[in-house]
Amino acid sequence: MADAQQQNSTVLKKLIIVTVLMFGFGFLLVPFYKKICEVTGISKDKIAVSNTQMDPARWVSIEFDANVGKNLPWKFEPLTAHLRVHPGEFKQVMYRVVNTTNRTMVGQAIPSYGPARAGSFFQKIECFCFTQQTLKPGEEKIMPVQFVVQNDLPKDVHTITLSYTFYEQVKADAS
Amino acid sequence: MEATHAQDHGHGHPTGLMRWITTTNHKDIGTLYLWFAFIMLLAGGCLALLIRAELFQPGMQVVTPEFFNQLTTLHGLIMVFGAIMPAMVGFANWQVPMMIGAPDMAFPRMNNWSFWLLPVAAIMLVSSFFVPGGASAGGWTMYPPLFLQGGISNDMTIFAVHILGISSIMGAINIVTTILNMRAPGMTMMKMPLFVWTWLITAYLLIAVMPVLAGTVTMLLTDRHFGTNFFNAAGGGDPVMFQHIFWFFGHPEVYIMILPAFGIVSQVIPAFARKPLFGYASMVYATGSIAILSFIVWAHHMFTTGMPTSAQLFFMYATMLIAVPTGVKVFNWVATMWRGSMTFETPMLFAIGFVCLFTIGGFTGLVLAITPVDIQLQDTYYVVAHFHYVLVSGSLYAIFAGVYFWLPKWTGRMYDEKLGKLHFWLSTIFFNILFFPMHFLGLAGMPRRIPDYALQFADFNALATIGAFGFGLSQLILLVVVLKCIKSGAKAADHTWEGADSLEWTHLSSPPPYHSFVTPPVVK
Repeated sequence: MADAQQQNSTVLKKLIIVTVLMFGFGFLLVPFYKKICEVTGISKDKIAVSNTQMDPARWVSIEFDANVGKNLPWKFEPLTAHLRVHPGEFKQVMYRVVNTTNRTMVGQAIPSYGPARAGSFFQKIECFCFTQQTLKPGEEKIMPVQFVVQNDLPKDVHTITLSYTFYEQVKADAS
Repeated sequence: MEATHAQDHGHGHPTGLMRWITTTNHKDIGTLYLWFAFIMLLAGGCLALLIRAELFQPGMQVVTPEFFNQLTTLHGLIMVFGAIMPAMVGFANWQVPMMIGAPDMAFPRMNNWSFWLLPVAAIMLVSSFFVPGGASAGGWTMYPPLFLQGGISNDMTIFAVHILGISSIMGAINIVTTILNMRAPGMTMMKMPLFVWTWLITAYLLIAVMPVLAGTVTMLLTDRHFGTNFFNAAGGGDPVMFQHIFWFFGHPEVYIMILPAFGIVSQVIPAFARKPLFGYASMVYATGSIAILSFIVWAHHMFTTGMPTSAQLFFMYATMLIAVPTGVKVFNWVATMWRGSMTFETPMLFAIGFVCLFTIGGFTGLVLAITPVDIQLQDTYYVVAHFHYVLVSGSLYAIFAGVYFWLPKWTGRMYDEKLGKLHFWLSTIFFNILFFPMHFLGLAGMPRRIPDYALQFADFNALATIGAFGFGLSQLILLVVVLKCIKSGAKAADHTWEGADSLEWTHLSSPPPYHSFVTPPVVK
C-alpha cells in the first residue's frame, strides 16, 4: 500500500515538473519565434525599403540661406549651409532662430528659390515656414525643413538656393 | 489505494449536498462531470440557438451585432471547455478505474478539486455577459489586438481559462498516474481496453499543451495590464505570434476532444458487432501517431497570415499526413463490423453515426488542409461546417454513444430503447439539416462570425436555423431518457451487452458497488 502510494507520488512529481516546463516552454516560444523569423529572413525589422524614386546618377547642390526682415531683430541661420543630394532623395536640415529682443514676437518665414523655376520641383514635406513662430524674449529654436527634390527637375539646374526671410507678423486684427 | 482504504471505514459517508461537495469517489465525480457537461451543453446550445435565430433571415432582427459577437465567442468557449472536455473527463472518471481493475483514481482528493474548479470557471464565463461592455466578443481564439482592447469581461475570460486549465491538468495527471500505476495484476499495457489507451494519450496531450495555453493567456493579461508588449505591435510585439502560440495549444486541443471519442467508439462497435476490435495494436499506434503529429500542424490554422511558401507546404503536407492514422482507425472500425453479428441498439446507432459523419468532417478537413483552397475558405461557413461535423457528430455523438452504452452499468437500470432511437434519428436528421447547408454557404463565400449576410444566402440559412432548433430540442429527449432510466428503468443485467468484454461488464454488478475492485481482479 505504502509502496503503491510512493509510486503514485513519484509519477505525480514527474508530471508536475513536465507541466511547469511546458508553462515555461510557452514563454520560450516568444524568443524562439523571433529567432525563426530572423533566421528565415521574414522578420519585419529586416525588410529594407529601398527608395525606387531616387536617381543616384545625378547630383544637385542645395545652398541654404537665411535673412530677417528689417523690422525683426532676430538672429536666423541655417545649421547646414550646403548639401549635395540626389533627386528623389529625402533630406532634413535644421535652422536656428533666436529672438534677441526683450519682448515676445511672432514671425513668419517666407521661402524663395534661385532659380525661381526650381521652386515647383522643390517639395517641402515639413517646414517651419508652414506656421507662424512665436518666440519669447531671448528664446532659441532649432527648426526642421524636410524636403525632396523631384526627379523631373530640369536637366540644366545643378544648384538650387533656398532662401528664407523672416518677417514680423503683425498681430492679426482678431478683435 | 491508501485513499480508498480511508473511505472503507467511512461507510457512513455524508449524504445530500455534502456528499457531492466532499466526495472523493471516482463514480460520484464522474457523475458530477457528466451532469456539469450536460448543463453546459444546454447553456452553449441556447447561445447557438440565439445565433441561428439571428441568422434565420438577412438583416438584423433578434440581437445587436455586439451581442452576436459575444454569443459566438461564448458558444465556442463553453462548448469546448465546458461541455466536451468535462464530459470526456467524466467518462474517464467512471470508466478508467473500472476498466483496469483499480479501486479508485490515484489521487481522489485532487480529483474532487479538479471537478469543483469547473463550476467556478463556468460561473465566471457566463456572468461575464452581465458586466459593463458585455462578454468577450473577439472569438473563442482570443486573438489580439482585439482581445487586448475590450472590457473587464476579457480579464474574466482569461481567469476562467486559467482555472479550467488547472482543472484539466490535475485531471490529466490523475488519469496518467492511475493508468500507469494502478492496473490490476495481469492487465498489461497492450491488454488495456482502447478507451483507456486513448485517454492515456489524451492526458499526456493535456499535460503538454494546457500549460502553453495558460502561458499565452498570461501574456495577454500582462499585455493588457502590466505594460508588457508580447502582442502589441505599437510596443514592438507581434499579434501573429499569439496565433502561433495559441494554435500550438489549439491543435493538440482538437485531438484532446476527439481521441477519447475514438476510444468510446472503439468500445461500442466491437460490443455490438460481437467481434473483438479489428487491429487493436494498430489502433494504439494510430492514436499515438495522431497525438505526435498534432504538435507539428498548428500553422494550418493561419495560412493567411503571410507565411513563407516553404512553411505553408510543410504544414500542408504534415496536416494531410494525419489522414493516414485516422484512416487506419476508420477502416479498423469498418473491419470490426464486417461480418459481425450486428444489432443496432442506440449506442451502436450513435457509433455508426459517428463513423459516417465524423469521416465527412475528416474529408472537409483534408480539403481545408490544401493551402490555396484554405486561403479561399478561411473564416467562411465551410470551416464552421467542418469543425461541427468533427465536434458534434464526432465528439458529441461518441459521448451520446458512451452514455447509452454505460448507462445500464452506471444506474443498474435499462434506458428506454424507443426513446433512445428517437433521440438518435431526430439528432442525425436535424444535425445534417443544420450543418450540411453550411458547406454550400461557405463555398459561396459567406463569412463566419457576422450577424448579417447577403440576400443570396437566405434560403440555406433559414434551412440551417430550422435544423438548429430541431437538433437543440432533440437533446431534451436525452434528458428524459436519463431521468426515466434513473427513476423507473427496468433492472439491467450485470453483463448488459453480451458482446462487451471489459472488466466492468465481466466482473462487476450493475450498478457497481460504491467501492469496486477493493481487491484487484486477476486478468487472464
